[in-house]
Amino acid sequence: MPKVTLDFEKPIAQLEQKIEEMRKLSDNVDLSKEITTLEKKVNQLQKDIFSNLTRWQKVQLARHPERPYTLDYIEMMTSDFVELHGDRVFGDDKAIVGGFAKLEDETVMFIGHQKGRDTKSNIYRNFGMPQPEGYRKALRLMKLAAKFKKPIITMLDTPGAYPGLEAEERGQAEAIARNIFEMCQLPVPIIVVVIGEGASGGALGIGVGDTMLMMENTWYSVIAPESCSSILWKSWEYKEQAAEALRLTATDLVEQKIMDRIVPEPTGAAHSNPPEAAKILKGVILEELQKLKKIKPEKLVEKRIEKFAVMGAWNEKQ
Amino acid sequence: MAWFRRSKENISSQQKKDTPGGIWSKCDECGEIIHKVALEQNLWVCPKCNHHFRIGSKEYFSILLDEKSFKETDANITSKDPLNFVDTKPYKDRIKETIRKTGLNDAVRTGTGKIYKQDVVIACMDFGFIGGSMGAVVGEKISRAIQKALKMKKPLIIISSSGGARMMEASYSLMQLAKTSGMLAKLSQAGIPYISVLTDPTTGGVTASFAMLGDVNIAEPNALIGFAGPRVVKQTIGKDLPKGFQRSEFVMEKGFLDMVVHRKDLKTTLYRLLEMLG
Repeated sequence: MPKVTLDFEKPIAQLEQKIEEMRKLSDNVDLSKEITTLEKKVNQLQKDIFSNLTRWQKVQLARHPERPYTLDYIEMMTSDFVELHGDRVFGDDKAIVGGFAKLEDETVMFIGHQKGRDTKSNIYRNFGMPQPEGYRKALRLMKLAAKFKKPIITMLDTPGAYPGLEAEERGQAEAIARNIFEMCQLPVPIIVVVIGEGASGGALGIGVGDTMLMMENTWYSVIAPESCSSILWKSWEYKEQAAEALRLTATDLVEQKIMDRIVPEPTGAAHSNPPEAAKILKGVILEELQKLKKIKPEKLVEKRIEKFAVMGAWNEKQ
Repeated sequence: MAWFRRSKENISSQQKKDTPGGIWSKCDECGEIIHKVALEQNLWVCPKCNHHFRIGSKEYFSILLDEKSFKETDANITSKDPLNFVDTKPYKDRIKETIRKTGLNDAVRTGTGKIYKQDVVIACMDFGFIGGSMGAVVGEKISRAIQKALKMKKPLIIISSSGGARMMEASYSLMQLAKTSGMLAKLSQAGIPYISVLTDPTTGGVTASFAMLGDVNIAEPNALIGFAGPRVVKQTIGKDLPKGFQRSEFVMEKGFLDMVVHRKDLKTTLYRLLEMLG
């Protein structure tokens, strides 16, 4: 059972606790009937709550501290992961991880943002906020994958590219721009999965692909709802409204034809059952990869550029 | 007590420098009062301190292109408000109002023109239109300009000034980074030159896409150029920012610009480069 409970998860957690207590008692008394009834109730409650989440609640789920991160998914989905380090120019950014791994029989390049679980590891990972060298490492690894004709899978989970002084000095904007530019032209299949937070350019810097997937309880937009609230409403208090206005959930982005497909999560979201979440994701990735492998490299690049070229909507008077 | 009050009244030079009647402009940097005609003749650069005033597409086209050579394309594309975005007021109203106030249809104008008789495809952003923010219209117009350059096999020049992606078009705005960069990839593969001119200010999503991707990156003096805005960076590090941080000269020193060019030399510089790359 998760240790961190979000407000709207509380009724579920309370019932689960009750069941736990009854189980302890059932050594002496037979409570199996009551337990079964309660378990059914929990299931129903979970379904009710999770099928009616507001956009802000989904943002909270995407940030749940027990949600699986990139390295967790790699560990659960693949065997023999070889992590590779450094951008060969400046350093090794810990907020982006990457390396080759075996997905079933196939060698695949995995790259993703990486957050930490506690204060210490979060500082080590810079809360999943990459510096320019993180993007340059990612690009080096992607080019490596292209050189050896291996498909690329990127996992997006960042509150944003790090807005620090050194990041600016080392060209945060250039690093992201370069990645986007190069990712448009890599002659190998690229699958992008939003596994948590997809905040703006910091996410897109490793987020240009042939197939764009978004897990059910994640968000992706041009800005985080809090920052949007502070800029447009001049106050941090309107994050719920901002989340609604930004239309940033998986369902929204599929509707907007930016994402291709939603990856379902187990009831109670990915953090309530990480292995199941990884299993579902792996299934979807394998399926999509098969489709992409049939497309010739030149065609792949052409289609990728075209895919992004049609995004957006405008009025045009003749 | 009386002369205390008087002394305060006496220190009011501020008022004297106010600009009367719209004929005069005041330099933001040195406070110099400049006659509008003189300022225009000096290409909107302060004759005293060389401060480059923020100007729009109309002014840049007149500075950079041969007289009467500019032909605007795709002028009638306007924002659709695909998300029905409402913050403190509806985005639709904001658009309408800005179009009325600025006489522009969105934050970029595109077209073809000549630089000392050399054909170019040119795009210039207008910071005056919702902070030069990039939504689907800017993305589409830039993208079409690139396609035009591809088709005509003529060099591309983009003059940027932008606060970044347009929040009111949310994820659509973000995707314009990929859309424009993808088109630039095509242009690059075709071996057609692209020169990026960064003016004050160029930040956020525009810097993180086409503005930083020029074969040659040029900036005007002292322009603010960065990914995060200085306020955000200051908040992050909790310290005052060093002088000149994120300004053209600083960004060039860090290796991200080829040159910083005074506005009066911009047209000649572009010509020289195009001549060599063509």
